[in-house]
Amino acid sequence: MKPELLIKNARIIDPSQKIDKVGDVLVLDGKIAKIGEKSIASAHKDITVIDATGFILSPGFIDLHCHLREPGFEDRETIATGTRAAAAGGFTTICCMPNTNPPLDNRATIDYVKQRTEDEGAIRVLNVGCITKGRQGKELTEMYELADAGVVGFSDDGEPVSSSRVMYLAMEYSRLLNLPIIDHCEDKDLANGGVMNEGWVAARLGLKGIPAAVEEISIARDIALIKLTGARLHIAHVSTEGSVELIRNAKEKRLAITAEVTPHHLTLTDERVMVSPARKNKYLTYDTNTKVNPPLRTEKDIAALLKGLNDGVIDAIATDHAPHTSADKMCEFGLAAFGISGFETSLGCLMGLVHKGQLDVITLLSKLTREPAKIIGSRHGELGTLKPGCHADITIFDPAREWTVDSQSFTSKGKNTPFDGYQFKGKVLATIAAGNIVYQDASIKLAGK
Amino acid sequence: MKLIESKSGAATTETFPPPSISNWHHRHILDLDDFTREEIELVLEIGDAMAEILTREVKRVPTLRGKTIVNLFYEPSTRTRSSFDLAAKNLSADTINLDASKSSIAKGESLIDSLRTLRALGADVIVMRHSQSGAPYLAAQHVNTSIINAGDGWHAHPSQALLDLYTIRRHLSKFNDLKVVLIGDIKHSRVAHSNIWGMTTMGAKITLCAPQTLLPYGLADFISKCHVPDVSVEPDIESALKEADVVMPLRLQLERQQSGLLPTLREYIQLYQLNEKRLSLAKPNALVMHPGPINEGIEISPEVAHGAQSVIEEQITNGITIRMALFYLVAGGKANEA
Repeated sequence: MKPELLIKNARIIDPSQKIDKVGDVLVLDGKIAKIGEKSIASAHKDITVIDATGFILSPGFIDLHCHLREPGFEDRETIATGTRAAAAGGFTTICCMPNTNPPLDNRATIDYVKQRTEDEGAIRVLNVGCITKGRQGKELTEMYELADAGVVGFSDDGEPVSSSRVMYLAMEYSRLLNLPIIDHCEDKDLANGGVMNEGWVAARLGLKGIPAAVEEISIARDIALIKLTGARLHIAHVSTEGSVELIRNAKEKRLAITAEVTPHHLTLTDERVMVSPARKNKYLTYDTNTKVNPPLRTEKDIAALLKGLNDGVIDAIATDHAPHTSADKMCEFGLAAFGISGFETSLGCLMGLVHKGQLDVITLLSKLTREPAKIIGSRHGELGTLKPGCHADITIFDPAREWTVDSQSFTSKGKNTPFDGYQFKGKVLATIAAGNIVYQDASIKLAGK
Repeated sequence: MKLIESKSGAATTETFPPPSISNWHHRHILDLDDFTREEIELVLEIGDAMAEILTREVKRVPTLRGKTIVNLFYEPSTRTRSSFDLAAKNLSADTINLDASKSSIAKGESLIDSLRTLRALGADVIVMRHSQSGAPYLAAQHVNTSIINAGDGWHAHPSQALLDLYTIRRHLSKFNDLKVVLIGDIKHSRVAHSNIWGMTTMGAKITLCAPQTLLPYGLADFISKCHVPDVSVEPDIESALKEADVVMPLRLQLERQQSGLLPTLREYIQLYQLNEKRLSLAKPNALVMHPGPINEGIEISPEVAHGAQSVIEEQITNGITIRMALFYLVAGGKANEA
């Protein structure tokens, strides 16, 4: 028996049950035992009590899109460090992308990740399997077997399937499994080695641009293909206004499409490549920590993404946590790796939108819990909810706590964040995964009974 | 500050030592976007003083004796590197020329490590040419030495823009309201980019003349966001050249055609080559400039390149002058700010 846990006097927000009230939550044996108004009493002697007065308690966050780098790139991240970094960010379930080495294109590599998670992981790790063998875009993986091994969807992520025929076949075949194709939408031919958003900042910096059309062309193709096949499609890290419109139209036609957006695409523009507000530097920064794919876009795109998030066109927020070594980033902008280490800054960054009135906290939490849970489905148990009997996956955060991002204190091996030195308001204080406290801020005091 | 005088009392007008540089505060020369009009004028004035040295029988002053200047070139270059090298030698600096393709860099050493090594070897100034835009900015952030950008990717080439301004100033009395026409591959041209900053800061108006494939995307936003209203676009060469005071065709890299930005060189020549007929549309004494190296018969006809209005060879000589001025300013005795 795990020790019991009683969280007292929190503002409980659970979008899956439309709950928003102040009360207590009791956890027994890794499951939610009871949630309710005020003062749940427990008869158990071996109980830990957390006083959450003034804090928000929600179902544990779910990240549909991250990179744990294991196997193959353990210098960037491991399952041990990555799951702890995720826990520090309030996540209790994360879906890792298959661009490992070897890639997650067969049952053996997926079993390896599952075993490593069991041995070393702090939270639930679900896998995304490859669409094609070796992410080569040519032959389909054994998708049925991957589904049997527990994958939540199929993606070749950063090497998206360029052949429309192969993508068509993948979608047709995926219908056996009722799992989504998750597409990193990028027309590599048009992107042509670009390194940042195409626009005046790229012109200013002399850097090769990636036009918005790179993403939109690929989304438009995928939508045409789900119309043809009836397959489920999930669009990863949407970054442009045009993409939001394409997805909106597809949803209006009742196609089986969902989409996610990242915290950085919701808050930073391409101008951040050039200037850093947190650093006093009179020179152009060419900040490689802002180099990400898809690239940071413009204010117009951010406005469309926020609107899409608010009116339901965009279902979920995902971090696209992509840790890199300092050597991968301490180099010329054009040669630096794409990616942002995102687990530990996501809530602080997103709460900024709440404080500015651009997003309400219930919508935010829905995009981090209920909505991604719907995309994953129920085969890993009911996720993203505080319903009694379900996994006790819980995040407690202080919406008003101010803190300064210090990348060097990250739990993640990846210190590559554009938010270093930023002041955030809103901080995760405790993360509970299957009833275990997997992250706890120094300010949280546990009491026994 | 006090300069050490040359012993060979020159017969020419004595303009050395140059004007006071007490107002100078640039530790690095990365681009001209952070230069004021006064600062550019100071560089040009010091250029005059340096030009005087070049007229002497012994073209050498001991100003930078004991200083070490490294020319670190990650891209092949003949004229720019020779120009920096000569400029440094004329000021009696020790110079090291590093061809990055033959050094440890080719063995995988990172840029920052290479620069730190050069600093440890005693480099006072590092002149850097790099194929990646922004590389000298990375250098300036991580290495405690003066960096002079000798061209980074598509981004900037400040010494070239300064020598262009210097050349214009020797022929035309003022910069205000001069019409400068840049023709051709603006998008990939660091020379064009630095000239946009330098020329507009000095009060000139710039017309960019090129097909859309050779212009940066988002140029209208660039012009408004970067506050350079004196930059305009005119894709038609005949219209662009009208009333021009300075005409500068840019080198057309042959790979631009190969990568599909142009259908054929033939069509480019038909549409954009600066020839005598087109040049006649500009003001009668308009200057013809070119950053080199020239593709004669492509962006410029041989008659124009070597014609009476061409100052292309003079630009090369002025390059030494201006680079001497830059070395003098960043290493010439005034204590560098930290």
